[in-house]
Amino acid sequence: MEYNIKVWRQPNAKTKGHFETYHVTDVEEDASFLEMLDILNDQLIRKGVDPIAFDHDCREGICGACSLYIDGRAHGPDDQVTTCQLFMRHFKPGATITVEPWRSAAFPVIKDLVVDRQAFDKILQAGGFVSVRTGAAQDANTILIPHDDAELSMDAAACVGCGACVATCKNGSAMLFVAARVSSLALLPQGKPEAARRARAMVAKMDELGFGNCTNTRACEMECPKHVTIDHIARLNREYLKARFSE
Amino acid sequence: MADSKLVSKIPEGPLAEKWSKRKSEIRIVSPNNKRKLEVIVVGTGLGGASAAASLGELGYNVKIFCISDSPRRAHSIAAQGGINAAKNYQNDNDSVYRLFYDTIKGGDYRSREANVYRLAEVSAAIIDQCVAQGVPFAREYGGYLANRSFGGVQVSRTFYARGQTGQQLLLGAYAALNKEIAAGTVKSYPRHEMLDLVIINGQAKGIIARNLVTGEIERFGAHAVVLATGGYGNTYFLSTNAMNSNGSAAMQAWRKGAFFANPCFAQIHPTCIPVHGEQQCKLTLMSESLRNDGRIWVPKKMEDVLKLRKKEIKPSQIPEEDRDYYLERRYPAFGNLVPRDVASRAAKERCDAGYGVNETGLAVFLDFADAIKRLGHQKVEERYGNLFQMYEKITSSSPWEEPMMIYPAIHYTMGGLWVDYDLQTTIPGLYAIGEANFSDHGGNRLGASALMQGLADGYFILPYTIGDYLSHKFAEPKTDINAPEFDEAEKAVKERIAKIFAVKGTETVDSIHKKLGHIMWEYVGMARNEEGLKKGIEEIGKLREEFWKNVRVPGSNDEFNQELEKALRLVDFFDIGELMARDALHRRESCGGHFREEMQTEEGETKRDDENFMYVGAWEYKGEATEPELHKEPLKYENIKIATRNYKD
Repeated sequence: MEYNIKVWRQPNAKTKGHFETYHVTDVEEDASFLEMLDILNDQLIRKGVDPIAFDHDCREGICGACSLYIDGRAHGPDDQVTTCQLFMRHFKPGATITVEPWRSAAFPVIKDLVVDRQAFDKILQAGGFVSVRTGAAQDANTILIPHDDAELSMDAAACVGCGACVATCKNGSAMLFVAARVSSLALLPQGKPEAARRARAMVAKMDELGFGNCTNTRACEMECPKHVTIDHIARLNREYLKARFSE
Repeated sequence: MADSKLVSKIPEGPLAEKWSKRKSEIRIVSPNNKRKLEVIVVGTGLGGASAAASLGELGYNVKIFCISDSPRRAHSIAAQGGINAAKNYQNDNDSVYRLFYDTIKGGDYRSREANVYRLAEVSAAIIDQCVAQGVPFAREYGGYLANRSFGGVQVSRTFYARGQTGQQLLLGAYAALNKEIAAGTVKSYPRHEMLDLVIINGQAKGIIARNLVTGEIERFGAHAVVLATGGYGNTYFLSTNAMNSNGSAAMQAWRKGAFFANPCFAQIHPTCIPVHGEQQCKLTLMSESLRNDGRIWVPKKMEDVLKLRKKEIKPSQIPEEDRDYYLERRYPAFGNLVPRDVASRAAKERCDAGYGVNETGLAVFLDFADAIKRLGHQKVEERYGNLFQMYEKITSSSPWEEPMMIYPAIHYTMGGLWVDYDLQTTIPGLYAIGEANFSDHGGNRLGASALMQGLADGYFILPYTIGDYLSHKFAEPKTDINAPEFDEAEKAVKERIAKIFAVKGTETVDSIHKKLGHIMWEYVGMARNEEGLKKGIEEIGKLREEFWKNVRVPGSNDEFNQELEKALRLVDFFDIGELMARDALHRRESCGGHFREEMQTEEGETKRDDENFMYVGAWEYKGEATEPELHKEPLKYENIKIATRNYKD
C-alpha cells in the first residue's frame, strides 16, 4: 500500500511549524498507523530527510504516550482506540492523511508531533492522591467496597492521560482528565477526609495552567480512547460544589 | 566454593526469621540526618516510583529520572493480569510458605531462597498498601476483594483490576510519587536518560543524563543510586516490551563494575498475538489470565491444519474429537495453567511438528467457546472484556466468535544486575530493584509475580536496606558534580555520541536492530544449542561491526533526537545479546526458560544439572576487548526439597 502523509513539521518550540507532504510506500496490509510512520521514517532517513518525531511507547493502548491528531480526529478515525491501536486498514490505499500534534495552549510543541504534557502531572500533584504513607495501611479486606462502585471507579481510573480530551475540546478544557481522577477516588471510601481539598486544588491548578472551561459539548467523551464518560464530570462538579460549601 | 567477590549477606537463622533479623540489625538514620542525604532513582515503574515515594516520605532528598514524558508511562503500566499475594482470602490453604515454594519451583530452583521468602512475606502488605491508595481492585458482590488463578499455581491468590492491573498499581505508585513531589522531597526529571554511572572512590555517587528535549548532557550527584530500569527483552527487537524499554542503564553499571547475573534467563510468554510481517516492531501480549478460562489447542488432523491455512474452514467448525488440547493432554494436573516456559515450549513443539494454525505455521488457538457457555457473556466480558477488544482491534477477528490465535514471544528477563540480600550491587552505593535485578525468579518467573516484586522491592525492602548504607554517609559532604570523575564520565558520553554521528552510513538504526533480533531469536531463543550459540556470538560481533561502519543517525545531539536515543540503546543491546549467548553457552543444562537442546528428557522436558549448575552465574566486565569473567554464587536450599518440576500429576 501507498499513502500520502501530510504532516506537521516543527523543529522545536521556538520555531514556527508548517505542513509537509511525504509519499510512503510498501506498507503491509496489517500494519498499524505507527508502524506506517516507522516505515515512512525509515524511507525519509535513507533520503536524508529528518525523520518525524512522535511520542509512543507501549503500542498496546495503555501507556498513553501516543498522541496524534489524524484527519481532524484525536487518535484518528477508529473509535475508542489510542493512535497505536489504529490500523491502516481504516484508510483507503493512496489516501492523503493529515497528521498533527495535539493543539492546546497548555501542551506546547516540543518537536513535530511531540508535545509537552507536564501540565497533567502538575494537576495530579496538586491533589490526585490518597495521603497514605508506605506501611500505614490496614488489612485490605477491612475496607469493603460494593462491587458496582469498584467497577465504576475502575471505569474512571482507566484514563491513560493521553490528552485526547484536551486536544478535542473547542475550549481546550481538561475537565474529563481531572474528573477521571477525582471521580475514581470519590467513588471509594479511601481518601474521603481529603476529598474537598482534592477537588478544590485540582480544579484550581487546572485553571492556573491555562486549560479552558467545560461547556458540556461531550466532544471529549466521544474521542476518549478509554471511553471515560462525562458522568464523571458531573461527579467532579458535585465534589467541587460540596467542597466550596464546606469551606 | 563461594566467590569472595559475591557476598550475598543472607542473614543467619531460620528462613522465616531472616528478614526480621536483618531489619533489626539495619542502622537507622535520624530524621535530621535524612534531610542531608540524597538518593538518585532511575526509572519510574513500579519499583522506581514506589521506592522514590517511600524514600521521600522517610525524609531523604530524592531525584527521580525517566525517559518518558511522564513517570506514569513506565512499562509496568502494560502489565495486565494481576499481582500475587499470600493473603489466603480464598481459604484455599495458601500461605507465605506456599507462595515461596511455588516461586522457587516455578523458577526451576535457580533463585535465592532467602530473597524469595522475603518477597512472599511482604506480599500481603502490598495489597493493603495499594487498596489504601485507592487502587480499584476487582471486588465480589459482598465488597470483598476478588482473586483469580495464574500459571504454575494451584491456589487462587492473584488480585486484579480487569486486564489493567499494572496500570492501576502504577497509577497508585505514581500518585504516591506525586504526593512526595508536591511535598518537595522528590524532584522529578522526565525526558532524561541516564548515559553513565559516576563512581568516586569505588562508590556510586551520581549519574550523567541526557536531557532528551534539549540534548544537554547533565550531571547529578547523590549519596546513593538506585537503578529501577527494567529488563532487556528488547534485545530481541520484537518483544512485548514497550518500544523504549532498554537495558542501557544496567550495561553502564556493568561496565563500571556491577556484576550481571544469569543474563541467559529470558522469559518467553506463551500467549502473544502472532507476528504478522517483517515491518512489525512490537508484539502484543494477551494476558496469562486468559488461560484461567481459555483452552489451548491445535487440530489433531493435518488435513484440518491445511484447510485452516487456506481459510477453507473456520476453527469453530472443527469437531471436538478432532482437537488436540495438548496442554491438558500432556499436563493433566495443571492443564492450561502450566508455567509460561512449559506452555511456550509445548506450543513450539506442536508448531515444529507442523500443526501451526495460521499461514506462517506459527500460531495455536486459545479458545473461549467453553467459557462463554459455562459462565455467560457478561461474566467473560467483565473478566476479559478489554483484552477481547484489544485482540479484535489488532487482528480484526472477534474472540467471541472464533478462538484467538497466539504464539510465544519474549516478555521478561529474569536475569539482571547481581544484588545481595540488601539489593545492593557489587558497587557500593548502587542498588538495583525490580526487573533490573536478578534475585527472585530464577530460571522462570511465574505470572503476576513481576508486579509483586517491583512493589516489594520499592515499598518495603529497599527503603529499609539502603538506610544501612546511608547511615555511614550523612557526615559526608554533598557529592561535588565538578569532581574529575564527573568530568571524565561526561567526556566519555560526549565521545560516544560524537562517534555515532561520525559514522554517516546508510543503514537505519531499526534495520540493524531487527537483524540483531533475528540473530537472538534464531540462536538464543526458545531452544538453544552449543553450535548455535557460538554462531550467535560470532554473528552479533559482525553486526556490531556493521553498525559502527554503516549506521546513519540524522540530526545532531543538540535537539530532540529519537534516532540518537535508539542508536545509543542499540550499542548496549549488542553487549547484552552477546552476554546472554555467552551465559547460555556456559550453562550446559536446561532449566526454566533456558532450554539447551542437548539437555532434555525423553519427553522433551528440561533436564537440570543440579550437581554442576546450582549457582547464580554472575559476569564481571573486563574491558572492551576482553572476555567477561564468570563468578559463581552457590545456591543452597535448606527449606525446600529439590525436585524435578512436575506439572503432570
